[in-house]
Amino acid sequence: MKVTLRVWRQKDGDSAGKFEEYEAEGLNPNMSFLEMLDVVNEDLTTKGEDPIAFAHDCREGICGTCSCMIDGKPHGPETGVTTCQTYMRSFNDGDLITVEPFRASAFPVQKDLITDRSAFDSVVQAGGFITARTGSCEDANALPIGKEIADLAMDAAACIGCGACVAACKNSSAMLFVSAKAGQLNLLPQGQPEKDSRVLNMVATMDEAGFGNCTNQYECSAACPKLISEEFISKLNRDYLAASVKSAFKASAL
Amino acid sequence: MILDSKIPSGPLEKKWDKHVMDGKLVNPANKRKYEVIVVGTGLAGASAAATLAELGYSVNAFTFHDSPRRAHSIAAQGGINAAKNYQNDGDSVYRLFYDTVKGGDFRSREANVYRLAQVSANIIDQCVALGVPFAREYGGLLANRSFGGAQVSRTFYARGQTGQQLLLGAYSGLSRQVGLGNVRMNANHEMLELVLIDGHARGIITRNVITGAIERHSAHAVVLATGGYGNVFYLSTNALNSNVTAAWRAHRKGAAFANPCYTQIHPTCIPVSGEYQSKLTLMSESLRNDGRIWAPKKKGDNRPADQIPEDERDYYLERKYPSFGNLAPRDISSRAAKEACDEGRGVGETGLGVYLDFKDAIARLGESAIRERYGNLFDIYHEITGERAYQQPMRIYPAVHYTMGGLWVDYNLMSSIPGCFVLGEANFSDHGANRLGASALMQGLADGYFVLPYTIPHYLADVPRDPAPPTDHPEFVKAEEDVANRTNALLSNNGKQTVRSFHKRLGKIMWDKCGMARNRSGLEEAIKLIPELRQEFDEDVCVPGTADNLNQSLEIAGRVSDFFELGELMCRDALAREESCGGHFREEHQYPDGEAKRDDENCAHVAAWEWKGKGEAPALHKETLEYDAVKMVTRSYK
Repeated sequence: MKVTLRVWRQKDGDSAGKFEEYEAEGLNPNMSFLEMLDVVNEDLTTKGEDPIAFAHDCREGICGTCSCMIDGKPHGPETGVTTCQTYMRSFNDGDLITVEPFRASAFPVQKDLITDRSAFDSVVQAGGFITARTGSCEDANALPIGKEIADLAMDAAACIGCGACVAACKNSSAMLFVSAKAGQLNLLPQGQPEKDSRVLNMVATMDEAGFGNCTNQYECSAACPKLISEEFISKLNRDYLAASVKSAFKASAL
Repeated sequence: MILDSKIPSGPLEKKWDKHVMDGKLVNPANKRKYEVIVVGTGLAGASAAATLAELGYSVNAFTFHDSPRRAHSIAAQGGINAAKNYQNDGDSVYRLFYDTVKGGDFRSREANVYRLAQVSANIIDQCVALGVPFAREYGGLLANRSFGGAQVSRTFYARGQTGQQLLLGAYSGLSRQVGLGNVRMNANHEMLELVLIDGHARGIITRNVITGAIERHSAHAVVLATGGYGNVFYLSTNALNSNVTAAWRAHRKGAAFANPCYTQIHPTCIPVSGEYQSKLTLMSESLRNDGRIWAPKKKGDNRPADQIPEDERDYYLERKYPSFGNLAPRDISSRAAKEACDEGRGVGETGLGVYLDFKDAIARLGESAIRERYGNLFDIYHEITGERAYQQPMRIYPAVHYTMGGLWVDYNLMSSIPGCFVLGEANFSDHGANRLGASALMQGLADGYFVLPYTIPHYLADVPRDPAPPTDHPEFVKAEEDVANRTNALLSNNGKQTVRSFHKRLGKIMWDKCGMARNRSGLEEAIKLIPELRQEFDEDVCVPGTADNLNQSLEIAGRVSDFFELGELMCRDALAREESCGGHFREEHQYPDGEAKRDDENCAHVAAWEWKGKGEAPALHKETLEYDAVKMVTRSYK
């Protein structure tokens, strides 16, 4: 099969970018989308042109590195997969495919299809952890956790930090990411002591990083390669409200 | 080169405690005066960086990824072993130790493996405290599953994403320390050179992969947790950016490289589908708990699986190894798959595949139980192949997955360069010639959480508490020049062939000559072919772009150029090891029934190779493996 690609090319963060067209020929429907880009890049390299820079690593949908907008959808046309798990069989022979970086002011473009998503790391540094010094822990089975809660925490923990939720949102909101990170820990008994400070600090850092507000349309959840539920956003809002009220009327521990 | 393993004296069970007691400590107030560089933020690197920072050391962490959370530990699916005996099935520290030593075909260090089993239980406690959502039973207690090479259920898991959950746990601890200012986190920095001053590791040279800036970083000790080198085969289950460069640069500066030929070929991967393939995807070993592996009895039988009657199927693992059956260790299962395919009984378009069949398990437990256990793995299989494993058996074939070899380290995890420590897959120490499933995660976290934090003070206590060396020291200047020269040589070459095309050709040589089965003439040929290919690369490789910005072709070119030298060393090591053991199968050394023939009299050693210069033959040093607590026996899973 063959397709025409319309790819965003941008030299670096300071330069203006533009779309360029490339013909990708001799493709096999069983190729992944990134393997198709590999073929295009081999061709560009041989012709002495600059290959297309794109982020990728594990190529099995778990590291969260790959990050393209394909025809306006984060990670392409299929549901519940990443770009690296998108196969050419999802496209038709002769298609024109538009490939762009994730667009959000909190994710500046570094080159072509690669963006800086370090704002996510900042949010986690602000509270996405349980303080548990190495070696200071009790036996793992000393704290039973009901299967239902454990499974829900696992649903939230499946987030791969790719940023598709932000790219899908018209406001570039990071609420799904932040709610998944905070939600996992807030559900677990181990996460209770730091629950309020976690939520307040993570939300404050999220706002500082330039992500927009959530207007409850849940494009994020639909675009999420791990299909993380928008219900975690509701939970984050509840936890945030409770933490704000508690901190406003903070009584002494006595 | 003198290799002193520094294994403590005394009975096996007391060695680690004694070693910790005998070692030196660094006063809490002095810890912050020591700068420690940690390269790599996978399980080993992230857990080490976080723990050292908690203890008070000044930590400078590096990863070439855009975030520490993207390290390849994240892709581990199945689980992590620990001797908790929560299942009341007779597990113990000793049994985990024994299974691991036996699984490694008696080619690992007894004392190291015992320590690994000892700390395994603490790892689970630590991870649960950090909020890792391990699978649980309805009563709220932790669940376990079985893995290859063991007859107890000791594997903890988080759906099919155990590696991701453990890494996110370690990453959250690291992130906390970054937020507190105890760790300086350098993402997007690739280590390209190790700097030695007066024979001690005192810094690294990095390239910022976004800006291209070359930087010098100095410290009192350097910790390498930079993963394995499976990508020397081009196609492997490793992430595409995994590479050997950091370890190889240390090797060229004097760190011995141990057992490079010990490669793990994982039995259950999705078969190759075409020339364009860029990586292989693993199907977790946990599937072998319920899936039955078979090939048709008849050669060239290309009927669909459901039309091959039961009595014309060969459940070859159950037939050959009745007591372990489908849970035979990885090396044995892989070789058995290769044998079936070599006999012309392979399935699928290429004939390079066997079936992993869930029909019986679905009939026994129902589809929903199977979906609960393996749903996400079945989904991955469907995405890649377009086939549904609920309805027809999976097709699987072995693929390169893990490298047991790595930089030589002593009991303190210090390489043969003083001050340079090596953790996780990057070192050689605990898996011998074959790693058991669910042991890599255990080792990475053991090294980072519970071993290095105890052993690094033994070294640092003797290092003067002066500031780390200035980065204008001549050794830093020279190391940076070396990096610049290598980069310029690659960029100014103006050849005609792409880096990827060379990598593919190298991978083919490695897979054909140094893959699942090896022989003398093949290895000798590879030792001739690889330097020729290397020369062609030097003369004709084409690396577009410049050094002063984001240039992925340049990054890959540097990594592939180190893979050539490593590949040659792997072949030399495979040639020198005149026996078959674990993942290393020499066709000359087998029993009449095709089982591996180990030679304990002549080969019970670690082969540690010393770099002697470009174009020079490396020197082989042998560390004899001594077994006091266990007897070396022929490994049998029959």
